[in-house]
Amino acid sequence: MRILVVEDDPVLADGLKVGLGLMGSTVDVVFTAADARAALSANRFDAVVLDRMLPDGAGLDILSALRRQGDMTPVLLLTALDETPDRIAGLDAGADDYLGKPFDLDELAARLRAIVRRREGRASPVLAVAGIVLDPATSMVTVGGKAVSLSRREFAVLSALMEWPGAIRSRTELEDRLYGWQEEVESNAVEVHIHNLRAKVGRAAIETVRGLGYRLRTEP
Amino acid sequence: MTSLRRRLFLLLISATAAIWICAVGWIYFANRAELEHVLDTRLQEAARMVHSMVASSNLETGHAAAAMAADFTYSRQLSCQVWSLSGRLLARSGGAPEGSLAEEAEGFSDRLINGEAWRVYTVVDPVHGVRVAVGDRIGLRTRLVRDLIVGLVGPALLTVPLLGLLIWVSLGRGLAPLRRIAGEIAARNGDDVSPVAGKDAPDEVRPLVEALNGLFAKVETARRHEKEMTAFAAHELRTPLAGLKTQAQVALAAKEEQVRDGALRQIIASVDRASRLVRQLLALARLEALPEVEHDGRELNLGSLVREVAASLSLRREIAVQVDGSLDGLTVRMDRDSLYLVIRNLHENAVEHVSPPGHVAWSALPHGAGVVIEDDGPGIPEDELAEVTRRFFRGRFRSGAGSGLGLAIADLAARRLGAQLAFSNRADAPGLRVEVRFPMVADAVEQTSSPLVE
Repeated sequence: MRILVVEDDPVLADGLKVGLGLMGSTVDVVFTAADARAALSANRFDAVVLDRMLPDGAGLDILSALRRQGDMTPVLLLTALDETPDRIAGLDAGADDYLGKPFDLDELAARLRAIVRRREGRASPVLAVAGIVLDPATSMVTVGGKAVSLSRREFAVLSALMEWPGAIRSRTELEDRLYGWQEEVESNAVEVHIHNLRAKVGRAAIETVRGLGYRLRTEP
Repeated sequence: MTSLRRRLFLLLISATAAIWICAVGWIYFANRAELEHVLDTRLQEAARMVHSMVASSNLETGHAAAAMAADFTYSRQLSCQVWSLSGRLLARSGGAPEGSLAEEAEGFSDRLINGEAWRVYTVVDPVHGVRVAVGDRIGLRTRLVRDLIVGLVGPALLTVPLLGLLIWVSLGRGLAPLRRIAGEIAARNGDDVSPVAGKDAPDEVRPLVEALNGLFAKVETARRHEKEMTAFAAHELRTPLAGLKTQAQVALAAKEEQVRDGALRQIIASVDRASRLVRQLLALARLEALPEVEHDGRELNLGSLVREVAASLSLRREIAVQVDGSLDGLTVRMDRDSLYLVIRNLHENAVEHVSPPGHVAWSALPHGAGVVIEDDGPGIPEDELAEVTRRFFRGRFRSGAGSGLGLAIADLAARRLGAQLAFSNRADAPGLRVEVRFPMVADAVEQTSSPLVE
């Protein structure tokens, strides 16, 4: 998952970037409301972790503006204000979920997976396509019942392909999923990850659509 | 008495009753005199008439008295006797008593005959040798007056309760706007401090409604500030905790040593920040606990105080601190702890907002009126200048390490000293300028030498 964290506290923001990164997500961090608006208009994120109180404005204003534009990106509000009226105001402004500070990192990750799953319209927390089963909660992947070990990036590419089985994912899209802003992307990085993935989950499982991108074969 | 309605009712009903009683009393006394006069006149006329009948027509005196008894319709009330001057009863009317009504002298008299009081008029005629006396029973007169009073008081006794009912109902209607407003306020829940609708309120009630609405507005403002304060405080207290917890979980989950070390370093940085927050909260609490300062009378040199503060903080960042020589010539008598808090927090604020290699400069105000600190950080947006001393307030140009308490502490400490802080953005370059203006007390500021004034 590619996640945008909007949080002005440097320690917490760093913790979220590293912690969610360890769980297989690509995380970008912005510290102000203005940067958050810019990031959201320029990039597609699978989920946004939004602090309610930012130095240059309220997180709720960003959220309302986002929803007014018809942006459906799942948003989880992080806040020091977790009294019931605050939670109601947050959810009514368009938040998908709400978590009070301080929180548990694992719970935050689970809630992010849940709101992404809901937005994608999936009932099952586990992705399963043509014999490949991927569990986002445990980062476990099995092919034909046998566990395979994937690197963090390989896991991210496979998740992206499995979220919409049969849909074509372009190379840029996959790069966006894999790398945050500060990371250097090598020109053939995606090709290398695809190559390694094919070796682990089966050569025929991932199709190359020439000039467009990659697609997961839905029939075994 | 707490009920306005009951109070007004009693006032109105007592006033009505009092007026009625006065009226009855007045009518009673006025009419009684009039009645006495009328009845006396009647007595006199009757006596003269009987006398003239006796005298002029030479009627038999017995006939005259009988004629009078027959002729006058009020004969039952009036009694007539005709006496000879020698004291023999010549004649008397039907209702006349046996005893003598007549007096020796002519004129009115009151007599008691057989235990009954009489009012008598006597005519003495020496020519015909008769004495004519006509009398009235005073009991009858009194009854006449009593009937008059009963005629007045009776209707009153009947109408006063009716009037009371009318007054009670009218008061209820008249006081309805008050009751409506009271009901409206009583029906509110504790959070509702919206203005009371007082447009249709009577003139007498409107000042009350306006005063209430004024109070509501003040309460609302105070509550909004309180709420903002709570929100800021919650953010500043809980966010570092969230950061600590997250970093600790990262350290636990990290397999690579490098990631774990990074997380632990962040934890240390975060604990440092939290310690500073605790120190600031304690400083605030201490300042609030002792609002009045008794300074020990020692002289403080601003130059050495500022250098002491700068030295204790300069290890943290590579920021150039300039302390102008003018400060060395400035000595004050003030509470050292409070002045230290002012300088330390202003200094800390400046250092935090300057990015290296930046400058923080301290100097004295002209004539030793105070001290001034200037930095070359981003300054404070104009719309936030008035807010910076609010607790937990952190503006748009916040530093990573602050918690919005430093300037609040500086401000509170300055006020304890009687000094004033003036925040402004520098005119010559980007950056903040804060003046600490000392109180204008003769012995508080004394300039031993004045290198500035030359």
